[in-house]
Amino acid sequence: MALDIQTIEHDVLVIGAGGAGLRGAIEASNAGISVGLVCKSLLGKAHTVMAEGGVAAALANVDDRDSWKVHFADTMRGGQYVNNWRMAEHHAKEAPDRVRELEKWGAVFDRTKEGKILQRNFGGHRYPRLAHVGDRTGLEIIRTLQDKSVHEREIKVYMECTIVRLFKDGERVTGALGYFRERGRFVLFKAKSIVMATGGLGKAYAITSNSWEYTGDGYSLAYHAGADLIDMEFVQFHPTGMVWPPSVRGILVTEGVRGEGGVLRNKDGKRFMFDDIPENYRNQTAKNEEEGWRYTQGDKNAMRPPELLTRDHVARCINREVKAGRGSPHGGVFLDIAWIKERIPNAEKYIQKKLPSMYHQFKELGGIDITKERMEVGPTTHYTMGGIKVDGDSQMTTVPGLFAAGEAAGGLHGANRLGGNSLSDLLVFGKRAGENAAKFAQENKAGAVAEADIESAAQWSLSFMDSPKGDENPYKVQQDLQVMMQDLVGIVRREDEMVKALAGLKTLWERAKKVQSQGNREYNPGWHTCMDLTNLLTVSEAVTMSGIRRKESRGAQFRDDFPEKSDTYAKMNMVIRKAKDGSMELIEQPTKELPPELKQVIEEMAK
Amino acid sequence: MAADNEPTSRPNNEVQPPFVHTASAPKPGTVAEALGRRDFKVWRGNALGGGYKDYTAEISAGMVVLDAVHQIQATQAGDLACRWNCKAGKCGSCSAEINGKPRLMCMTRMETLPEGTVTIQPMKAFKPIKDLVTDVSWNYEVKKKIAPFKPKAPEADGTWRMQQFEVERVQEFRKCIECFLCQDTCHVLRDHGKHEVFAGPRFFVHAAQLEMHPLDTVNREPFLKHDGGIGFCNITKCCTEVCPEHIKITDNAIIPLKERVADTYYDPLVRLWRWAFKKGEQPVEPKA
Ligand SMILES: Cc1cc2nc3c(=O)[nH]c(=O)nc-3n(C[C@H](O)[C@H](O)[C@H](O)COP(=O)(O)OP(=O)(O)OC[C@H]3O[C@@H](n4cnc5c(N)ncnc54)[C@H](O)[C@@H]3O)c2cc1C
Ligand code: SF4
Ligand code: SF4
Ligand code: FES
Repeated sequence: MALDIQTIEHDVLVIGAGGAGLRGAIEASNAGISVGLVCKSLLGKAHTVMAEGGVAAALANVDDRDSWKVHFADTMRGGQYVNNWRMAEHHAKEAPDRVRELEKWGAVFDRTKEGKILQRNFGGHRYPRLAHVGDRTGLEIIRTLQDKSVHEREIKVYMECTIVRLFKDGERVTGALGYFRERGRFVLFKAKSIVMATGGLGKAYAITSNSWEYTGDGYSLAYHAGADLIDMEFVQFHPTGMVWPPSVRGILVTEGVRGEGGVLRNKDGKRFMFDDIPENYRNQTAKNEEEGWRYTQGDKNAMRPPELLTRDHVARCINREVKAGRGSPHGGVFLDIAWIKERIPNAEKYIQKKLPSMYHQFKELGGIDITKERMEVGPTTHYTMGGIKVDGDSQMTTVPGLFAAGEAAGGLHGANRLGGNSLSDLLVFGKRAGENAAKFAQENKAGAVAEADIESAAQWSLSFMDSPKGDENPYKVQQDLQVMMQDLVGIVRREDEMVKALAGLKTLWERAKKVQSQGNREYNPGWHTCMDLTNLLTVSEAVTMSGIRRKESRGAQFRDDFPEKSDTYAKMNMVIRKAKDGSMELIEQPTKELPPELKQVIEEMAK
Repeated sequence: MAADNEPTSRPNNEVQPPFVHTASAPKPGTVAEALGRRDFKVWRGNALGGGYKDYTAEISAGMVVLDAVHQIQATQAGDLACRWNCKAGKCGSCSAEINGKPRLMCMTRMETLPEGTVTIQPMKAFKPIKDLVTDVSWNYEVKKKIAPFKPKAPEADGTWRMQQFEVERVQEFRKCIECFLCQDTCHVLRDHGKHEVFAGPRFFVHAAQLEMHPLDTVNREPFLKHDGGIGFCNITKCCTEVCPEHIKITDNAIIPLKERVADTYYDPLVRLWRWAFKKGEQPVEPKA
């Protein structure tokens, strides 16, 4: 072969080293088989490290009324019942064990007075449920898993290596092509099974809490390999991102601020969240400010303040205030935690202790002392509820041998994810995917990878440097895409705008073919961006098409032209698939009927 | 299969005319005050060598150095290499030396830098890969040598009890974002290149976290004394000064560890006591 391509073989290949990938790799290695773990950044830098508020698990350490049933019902209600209920069931049942297991591996969560793992309040969770370490829970989790995995002999880690194509032998996945960022050299991974743990797609939007890594690679790679994607329209806009100064716009302000008593106010000082409480949450929401405060202080008879309603709803209320001209000076609203000094002694110390990284983030980046002043916040693109469609028990996608877990997989969260349910998702389904991928690898022989496939993928990668078809700047194309998606397929959507976006994507696809990278193959972010564009465009198209087809407002998808929920779409998942002719097709797939015992759980919990 | 797997798209919407979206004008209050252009010297090169190149960037209020680097990348030097992820001081990717000081680029606001040209160079204690990216893989190898956490037996219900005051000490160390700025600044590594025999402040923090963990049962003193080379540290506290997580590396991690090692190796009584009551493993005698 003309191209110099190194070949590496493993039983299981895990793509992505966030919480899901690490947990999956650890589990697969428990089967005593060889595991390759690939990530785009250095180990320990994946998105999981940025998670702040906590990991949701019904440990019932703080409120003994909590149980898997309540967690299950909360997750389904938050997801507005289009969730994969099987996943929601496993998740609620297994999360407590997965969290305790972290403690066995060295994690140090904050403690209750009895010395157990402390849990805090978060939006949409009925009881205090989020195990946490101040506001740096993700760091604790990724470091614990990282430190565990580097001592597992079967796991071999490939850092700063990006996968650009999956290969199949017949129907089954058999390998992947990647390049090492350092020298730009290609590597072919052959594996009996592959786990996609590649995270989300926030970089398709201009205002986001996500890093350069989140270009939707996993969705796009799986899609082009023939896997189904599900409910891609559900992109979560977190209600509280920083808005000022512009250079930090989008950076997350954890929901933990509201969990600790922080309140949202408009420019008139009004707590506007009390104005609009959705019907299905009415009997779980505080009647007044006093009750809300008592809830955050652990009063079991009080209901949660409206600031802790689900993210989709809070984000829309903020959007409404801003549009109505009642926002803060820089186009957001006010988030105030400093006010708690009226209620508790030593409030400044308390805030610094409970929210240390928020304190520093605002102090150093925004020049604001949150123990004294109000923050300005507004919605930011945060999380992808949709994803690669998986079987609720095995985590296998519609492509045999290809598994998915974490943010890359779709289904658990339905139309809206509850805070803290992602970290638990990673642990529960990372483990399950690792286990089942190992099983698949043990039960199946290695498949083949066609030389021609490898060659064509490598040639495609190099074409942006060796034989560019134009001189478009890849960064510029990416920026234009981000701005368009933000404007036309954002928090509030309309058919005409989304149809325009589809047409705009067509233009951008053309431009993306003409991008050119400067320089050579050595650690060249411009070249990498050229390749990332394909993934970004693929997923943007999937989000837009699904958004157009779901003609209703549900969870994260709010349609100005269809502001109500529809009974038809209540029972529909939007499935995206690559058609034979290479075009993207959308299939409306009925959701699976809930089994009676789970239905009963939901009914019981609704009381 | 190749064609089938090709990442091209033929959108269904053939009827749509091509469309170009232009951003609407920025909303009032969302544009920062322009502070003019500033000059930068950025080190460009690789393991074989390199030098400074001049760039300029348009600065607005609130911008951090990483924003300027990204602007240079997007407009003047598409292949300029740098690492970053969180842009909020949480991941420890964007370490570099700004005007000679080891810092996180994402947490260094332009307004805090003195007037004049801003110099950005890669961390000096590690081999350059390209531009601002250095080879930090050595750090990952060091960690492998440190014995992992091994907890004592749990309570009857299979879980552990720890009090908040007990965990706070190790939580300080567990804040570490592995930015390796402390490694970069420590003269033992930076000036004397003792990577083979000295683990560096980051890994003393890591060891301290394990050693002081209320549940841990392993003794890492032999490692600290021998492979870790804690004796090379002469308590200059330079590492503490650069730590973006404000971990008191020297006072809270290194000094207590040094004391333990000294006790164990030079005080036979302490050693016997440790062996009998605290941790299982008896330290290996230093080789002559
Ligand atoms: C600022 C912030 C705060 C958050 N706070 C919380 C919280 O408090 N609680 C909560 O539950 N959730 C929170 N979340 C969400 C949660 O952190 C993420 O959803 C979760 O960490 C995703 O984990 P993951 O393992 O699926 O993927 P990630 O941790 O994102 O990891 C993805 C991995 O895939 C790799 N990868 C991607 N593409 C490729 C490719 N082509 N080739 C090779 N490797 C690839 C990446 O390098 C990376 O290693 C937060 C998210 C953000 C951004
Ligand atoms: S205190 Fe020790 S470890 Fe820290 S910089 Fe000085 S010599 Fe290095
Ligand atoms: S101890 Fe501080 S300076 Fe050193 S790697 Fe950790 S966070 Fe960085
Ligand atoms: S980008 Fe994460 S610390 Fe700077």
